[in-house]
Amino acid sequence: MSETGGIVLEELPPPAIDPEFAELGGVALAAKFGLKQSGKRPPLFEYAAQLWQRRHFITGYATAKNRSLYSNARLGQLWQLLTPILNVAVYYFVFGILFTQSKGVPDFLLFLVVGVFLFNFLQTSMINGSRSISDQLVLIRALHFPRACLPISATLIQLQQLGFSMVIVVIVALATGQTPTLSWLAVIPALVLLSVFCTGMAMIVARMGSVLTDTAQLLPFISRTWMYLCGVMYSLASVADKAGVPHVVKLMLYYDPPALFITVVRNCLIKAPVAASYPNAADFHAAVNALHQPAYAWLFLLFWALAFGVGGFVYFWKAEEQYGRG
Amino acid sequence: MADTPKVLPSQVLRAIQGKEGEHSYSEEELAGLRAQIIEERAKRRAEAATSQPTVIVDNLNIIYRIHGAGTGRGSATGALSRIVSRRAAPTIREVHAVRGISFVARRGESIGLIGRNGSGKSTTLAAIAGLLPPEKGGGVYTDGQPSLLGINAALMPDLTGERNVIVGCLAMGMSRVEANDRYQGIVDFSRIQETNPHAMSLPMKAYSSGMAARLRFAIAASRDQDVLMIDEALATGDAKFQAQSEQRIRELRASAGTVFVVSHSMAAIRDTCDRAIWIEAGRILMDADVDEVADAYEAWSKQG
Repeated sequence: MSETGGIVLEELPPPAIDPEFAELGGVALAAKFGLKQSGKRPPLFEYAAQLWQRRHFITGYATAKNRSLYSNARLGQLWQLLTPILNVAVYYFVFGILFTQSKGVPDFLLFLVVGVFLFNFLQTSMINGSRSISDQLVLIRALHFPRACLPISATLIQLQQLGFSMVIVVIVALATGQTPTLSWLAVIPALVLLSVFCTGMAMIVARMGSVLTDTAQLLPFISRTWMYLCGVMYSLASVADKAGVPHVVKLMLYYDPPALFITVVRNCLIKAPVAASYPNAADFHAAVNALHQPAYAWLFLLFWALAFGVGGFVYFWKAEEQYGRG
Repeated sequence: MADTPKVLPSQVLRAIQGKEGEHSYSEEELAGLRAQIIEERAKRRAEAATSQPTVIVDNLNIIYRIHGAGTGRGSATGALSRIVSRRAAPTIREVHAVRGISFVARRGESIGLIGRNGSGKSTTLAAIAGLLPPEKGGGVYTDGQPSLLGINAALMPDLTGERNVIVGCLAMGMSRVEANDRYQGIVDFSRIQETNPHAMSLPMKAYSSGMAARLRFAIAASRDQDVLMIDEALATGDAKFQAQSEQRIRELRASAGTVFVVSHSMAAIRDTCDRAIWIEAGRILMDADVDEVADAYEAWSKQG
């Protein structure tokens, strides 16, 4: 290697090879010292255990993100409360006053508030979930952790927002003359199941969004269509109970997961209508139908939560080694 | 900082070659220092040669598949006409970036990867980190999960430096208590508060690239990693920080970890690495003692 002789790349001797590697070969040497294939996806239960081990990361990341969310706005954290209030105000103006959907619905304001907040939780979980992988490529490439932490965090951020929203729900319920009963407590298990459902949905769209970046563009339109099908701002009965609607469609409307979650929570909070307080039977029936809760509603909530929670987790885990590539 | 060398290997070499400006060493002292450096390195390499392997790269081939290169995916009319005519994306071009690389890295080794831009160094590191799928017929095996430190900007740009440190620690698997304990050490190591006392409360997107690189290095190096890979992450730091992070790399190496360094600075490679691998056009040209490889690479680069 003298500087006078010059170096011709083609004439360099072959590079030195580790003697043990030369003797055993890569696979056997790796097996001898217990080395594992890099970036290989762990088995499902091991993955779940790793995820549990990173629970502090999930909560820490969600809290940090939530704090930074309104850091550019002058009113700061006040927006946590203002955003849902303004949301409801807009829907109340459009659907309660302009389109008079409030007709025949008991306690329309509370009815609307529950619908808007619960669906908003699902919608934002999905939209943020779809971006959770593609927005954090730097983090994914620098540090190793189970990638499911990110969509779960995205849902957790929205759950914290839902917490603020539920404060408004309680205020509205008290202000519109509902009295607290034991059935209010049933809202809590319903929201737990809804969170599991939303986490599953977030993981499904996170995987889609990581491969097909168009997902994030498309999702707002899909979720908005879904919202209009869920009876968020009108009573499902006014559509489903019309003559000529096939029974299957009716079932689909009532058992559609977000619609079912909204209906159950509404029934927990809004007192069942009493015939005496309505001028005629038709109005009374409209009020009863507006809150109609289909049979076995809680059982179906449990089913939806487990099906999408577990299904979404498995679907996300299947592509674990592919996140952060490209 | 017990094992800080009095003089860095690259400085001794430059002094012997007469390139280092003023220094207070006589020729005999320099020769003695050089001999001592070479002897210590040979000892470390001999020890590492029989220690446990941490990374086995076995006939690694990486092919990038680039969709729609040439014709614009960006043009809306192009995309539309493709959808209408139901043609598949026009061209998939393959770039064979790494062509059959094999080597073994062991505990206590620090390995410099050198070569020209586009020779496949960063791709090799990404494959070791498990971020790129190797082609069939080869594989990468590692002990634990290697961490890759690149030069990209902030970890979480919209979060403050403070949050980045805590959340980064949690992401590496530390507990909340552990992360809080390490916090001050990481901030002190990064030294970003020396120039701006409020730096930690600013969002990381407000940092200069050098500041961000320092903080990221401090976070990743805070934990004794089994395998740490540094892809030119030190290049953006100032001289003082470079010296400090090179010291940290030597400590990691001493605590029986394995460190990979990609750098175009031969001085940085000589000061931190015992062994070097020269990669050219996706193949290994040399894999030997750092001085031998760096000398050959420098001589070859000068040939033009």
